[in-house]
Amino acid sequence: MKVLMFGWEFPPHISGGLGTASYGLTKGFLPQGDVEIKFCIPKPYGDEDNSFLRIVGMNSVPIVWKDVDSSYVESRVGAIIRPEEYYRYRDHIYGDFSYMNTNDLGCMEFAGGYPENLHEEINNYSIIAGVVARTEEFDIIHSHDWLTYPAGIHAKQVSGKKLVIHVHATDFDRSRGNVNPTVYAIEKNGMDHADHIFCVSELTRRTVIDKYHQHPDKVTTLHNAVTPLSDDIMAIEPKKIPNEKVVTFLGRITMQKGPEYFVEAAAQVLKKTRNIRFCMAGSGDMMNDMIKLVAQRGIADRFHFPGFMRGRQVYECLKASDVYIMPSVSEPFGISPLEAMQCDVPTIISKQSGCAEILDKCIKTDYWDINAMADAIYAICNNDSLYEYLKVEGRREVDAITWENVALKLRRLYEQVMAH
Amino acid sequence: MKTICFYFEIHQLRQLKRYRFFDIGSDHYYYDDYANASAVAELAENSYVPALTTLLDMIKENNGDFKVALSASGVGLEMLELYAPQVIELLKELAKTGCCEFLCEPYSHGLSSLVSPTAFKEEVERMQRKVKELFGTQPKVLRNSGLIYSDEIGEMAASMGFKGMLAEGAKHILAWKSPHFLYNCANASGLKLLLRDFKFSDDISLRFSNPEWSEYPLFAETYVDWIASLPQEEQIVNIFMNLSAFGMAQPLSSHILDFLKAIPAVAKERGISFSTPSEIVEKFKSVGALEVPYPTSWMDEERDTTSWLGNTLQREAFDKLYSVAERVALSDDKKLKQDWDYLQAAENFRFMTTKSNGIITERSIYDSPYDAFTNYMNILGDFMARVRAQYPEEIDNEELSALKQVIENQEVEIVQLEAELEALKAKAAKKTTRKKKEVAE
Repeated sequence: MKVLMFGWEFPPHISGGLGTASYGLTKGFLPQGDVEIKFCIPKPYGDEDNSFLRIVGMNSVPIVWKDVDSSYVESRVGAIIRPEEYYRYRDHIYGDFSYMNTNDLGCMEFAGGYPENLHEEINNYSIIAGVVARTEEFDIIHSHDWLTYPAGIHAKQVSGKKLVIHVHATDFDRSRGNVNPTVYAIEKNGMDHADHIFCVSELTRRTVIDKYHQHPDKVTTLHNAVTPLSDDIMAIEPKKIPNEKVVTFLGRITMQKGPEYFVEAAAQVLKKTRNIRFCMAGSGDMMNDMIKLVAQRGIADRFHFPGFMRGRQVYECLKASDVYIMPSVSEPFGISPLEAMQCDVPTIISKQSGCAEILDKCIKTDYWDINAMADAIYAICNNDSLYEYLKVEGRREVDAITWENVALKLRRLYEQVMAH
Repeated sequence: MKTICFYFEIHQLRQLKRYRFFDIGSDHYYYDDYANASAVAELAENSYVPALTTLLDMIKENNGDFKVALSASGVGLEMLELYAPQVIELLKELAKTGCCEFLCEPYSHGLSSLVSPTAFKEEVERMQRKVKELFGTQPKVLRNSGLIYSDEIGEMAASMGFKGMLAEGAKHILAWKSPHFLYNCANASGLKLLLRDFKFSDDISLRFSNPEWSEYPLFAETYVDWIASLPQEEQIVNIFMNLSAFGMAQPLSSHILDFLKAIPAVAKERGISFSTPSEIVEKFKSVGALEVPYPTSWMDEERDTTSWLGNTLQREAFDKLYSVAERVALSDDKKLKQDWDYLQAAENFRFMTTKSNGIITERSIYDSPYDAFTNYMNILGDFMARVRAQYPEEIDNEELSALKQVIENQEVEIVQLEAELEALKAKAAKKTTRKKKEVAE
C-alpha cells in the first residue's frame, strides 16, 4: 500500500506535538513491511530519518520549468532530493506559475515552522502538492492538520484517490472558543472534502462533529501513542534534591495549557508545606503574566521558570521531577504526560485532555479545580505508596501504548475507506 | 429433609466528605451529613422498609415455618437510628416473632480481624452488647465483615464463645466438596461453619432482574425446584446476601419481593423447611474440618480480600489506620473512638480498588481510586494527629500497653484488696458482736 502524506513538520526539527505524532505514526507502519509512505513537508533539513519512509521536501519540487543540469541540482538541494527525482517532478508541472516568486530551480522557498505569512505558505504548499500528486503513485492521501488540508484536497482532485485527514488539533482548542474565521474555513473545507476524518481523541471527535458539523460515521477516534525512549535518554541519572519534591509543568505557557491553574494550585500547596518546588518550563505569551501572578501570591522563592527546553533538556527536567502536571483547559491529545510516565514520573492531568481517555494510572482532575489539583500534588509528595504505585503502574501502562498498534488500526481504516 | 437458611446483612457506611489536605489540623469533622441522611433515607425507603415488612409478613403468614437470620453492623445501626429509626422498629418487631435470629458482626464493618485480634474482639463484644440491648438476645453465631473467614479468625470466634460462623462457599477452598453440608473450623472443632451457596445467592442478588440472563424471568417454583433437585444427602442451602439486594441492587419493580414471598409456600409443597443458623448448628453434625489458611470473602470472583487490600494504596491506608489501633483502644475520648469506627468501614478501602472486573465499581463521591486514597489519607492524617496528641509517638506501643497493664493490674488489685478488707471488717464486726453477746450473757 502506498500512502501520500502531507505534514508540516518532522523530527528532529519540531516545535510541537504534530511532528512527534507524524514520526511515531509513520514509523509504526514499519513492522507491516508493505506500506510505502511519502511524507511531504515544507522544508526538510536533510537530517531527518529516512529509513522507514521517504521525505519529500516541498521546497525542492519545481513548479516552474528551469533548464538546470544534474550537477547543479545536486549541489543546490542534493541533501534533500536526487536530481532524477527533481526531473521527474519537473515533467509534471501543470500550469504557468512563473508569476510566483520562485528561485533558480523553479521552486518556492519556505521559512519553515509557523511564520507570519503562514497563509501564503499554506497556499504555496498546496500548489506544489499538485505537482507531487501528478508525479507520484499512491493509493490514498493522508493530510495532517489544517495546514495541509488544502494540499490534500488538491491532490484528491488531481488523482481521484481517497483523502483522509488527521485532526491533531482544532482552532477551538487553540483559542478557547474564539476561533479565527480564516482558519475555521480552511479546517471546515478540509473536513467537508475528506472521505474520512481521524481525530486524536474522542474529545476532538466531538468538536469535529459538533462545531464543524461532520457526520459522526465519517469521524473516527485514533488515539496517539508514544515512541519508546532511546537508551541514552533512559540512562539520564535523575537529579533529585534531598528532602525536596519538584512538581513540573512543561509546555507552551499559553491560554490553552491552563498555566494559571497550576500557579494557584501551587499557592495552595505552599500554604501547608514548604519542601516542594514548582517548575514551569517552556515559553509563551502568558509567561510574563504568570511571573507576575507568582509574585502576587508570594511564592516566587519556590516557583521557577527555567524557560524553553528542547531535546535532552526536556528529559533531564522530567527525570528530576516528582510530579508532572498538565492542567490543560483543552488538549486534543497531549503527548507530554505519556513522556513523563515513560520517565517514571507520577502524572496529574486535566480531564479535559484527550490523553485522559486512554490513561488510567494517573490522577485526573478538572482543570479549574485547583483544590483537587493541590490535593493530588500534596498526596503524591507525601505518600510514598501513591508515588510508587503511579510510578510503576504508570510506566507499565504507557509502555503498552505503541504506535505499532495505532498503525495496525489505521491500516484497517485505510482499507475500509478505499473500499467505499 | 432439606432446609434453606436465609441470611441478610444490614449495613451502611458513614460516608466521608471531601476533605482537602489544607483541612488537616483545623477540621475534625469528616462526614457529609447531607449525603449520609439522603443515602440512608433512600436505602430505608426503597429497600429496608419494604424488605423487612415483607419478611415480617412472611413470618406471620407461615405460622413459624418461615425463618430468617439478620445481622447489622453497629455503624449501620447508628446510621439507621439517626436517619431512619422506623427500620429499627421493624427489626425489633421481627426479633419479637421468635423466627428471626440476629447474628453478631464487627461493630465497624471493618477489617480488624485481619490485623488486630484485640481490636476485633473488642468490637465484636461491643456489637454483642448492642444486639442484646436492642433485640434482647445474645447472638451465638458470628459473621465477619465481607464474610471474611480463615482458620485463625474461626479460632478467635470460638474463643469468644460463638457456636457457629458464616463463610463463603468459595470454590478454591471447597474444591470437590459441597457447600450444602455443615463443616467445622480446622483450628477449633467447636465452631461450626455455614457456607454460602454463591450460585443460589447470586441468582437473587446479582441476576434476578437482568433480562439478558438465560433464566430470566425467575419464578419461585423454578428456584425451589433447583434446590429440591439437589442430591438427597445435601441438606443445607445457605442463601446469604445484603438486604439491599431487595430494592437497591435489584429494583422492586422487578417484583423481587413477590418472588421472595412466594418461596415459603412453594418450599412447603416440596418438603423443604427453613432454619436459622443457630438451629442448623444445633441440629446438624459437622461432616469435617474445613481448612482455610488464607482469608476468603464473598467479594469479587476471587473471593478473597483483594477488593479491599489488593494494591499498595489500599495496604498503605490499612496499615496506617491500624498502626494506631492500640492507642485508640487506650483512649477514652468518645469522639475519637467513634471516628475510629467510621474510618474502619471496609468500603473506604474498596473505593481505592484498581481491579477491573468488568463491573463498574461504586466509588461514592470519588471519581478514581487515587481520589479515594487521597481523600482518605488526608482524613487519616488529621485523625492520627489527634491520636498522637493524646499518646505521643515517642512512647512505643509495648511500653504503652505495659503501662496500661500496670494500671489495669492495680485496679484489679485494689478491687481484691477492697474485697479482702470488707471481709476482714465483717469478720471483725462479727467478733465484736459475739464478744458483746458473751459479755451480755
